[in-house]
Amino acid sequence: MKLREIRDLLDAELITEDANLDKEIKYVNAADLISDVLAYSTGPGALLVTGIVHPQVIYAANTIELGAILFVRGKRPNEATLQLAIENKVPLLTTRYIMFETCGRLYQSGMRACFAKVKNVRD
Amino acid sequence: MSGTENSIHFHERFHIEGGNFTNAGAISSRVKKILKEAGFSSRVIRRTSIATFEAEMNVICYASQGNLSLSITPDFLKIVVEDEGIGIADIELAMQEGYSTASERIHEMGFGAGMGLSNIKNNTDGMILTSKFGQGTHLEFLISLEGEDRLVPLLNAEG
Repeated sequence: MKLREIRDLLDAELITEDANLDKEIKYVNAADLISDVLAYSTGPGALLVTGIVHPQVIYAANTIELGAILFVRGKRPNEATLQLAIENKVPLLTTRYIMFETCGRLYQSGMRACFAKVKNVRD
Repeated sequence: MSGTENSIHFHERFHIEGGNFTNAGAISSRVKKILKEAGFSSRVIRRTSIATFEAEMNVICYASQGNLSLSITPDFLKIVVEDEGIGIADIELAMQEGYSTASERIHEMGFGAGMGLSNIKNNTDGMILTSKFGQGTHLEFLISLEGEDRLVPLLNAEG
């Protein structure tokens, strides 16, 4: 799915204006904790759906080479986060849909998780 | 891990300031850039970057200050992180996924999932963690180099 289609699907706004909307996104991870982002956004080029707007999310994105970040619940990054995203060429979008609705709509459109199920962590 | 000092092709040390969340992630980004410029495979870069990012965050969340050093040898990449801080009371417990002693403030920023140390373990080929509670923590981990990645340190040394 192209970033442009994701934007239109979720009535989202592209925050990093110069980003390439023709970028192809194949997988999605949704998380609100940085360690979960790092652990489960396997494979480069994934879309991260999150409510984290701190600069650390961009450093994390850079670490695992995310394709784009979509902020949910209408969240917007501050100037420091935005500048870091531009420097690292990470496209940022924001949607007013909540996390559940965002993921549901993406799934219904054919997008799939980077990582579907963890093994039993407390055995 | 002894007997390798003679074959270190690259070594750099970075200072990490505890509690400074503004630049949290900056050191691991620099490490990633070094590895990328050297020409390592994306798999090696990715594993090292994730482990380094988590280690850097641990210093920022739980220590007053620390140092992270990167050594490159033809056989492996080695990262050593030493910090001065509260240390870890029970390492076995800390290694369990989901266990966390993070404060509310740390959680609000998206940290403290209790996944950091296991993320490090899962992305490295050897990890040693020791700590004196109330004093600090010593963490080191290795990423083995295989195939073409073994040639990277040698090619850079010649260049």
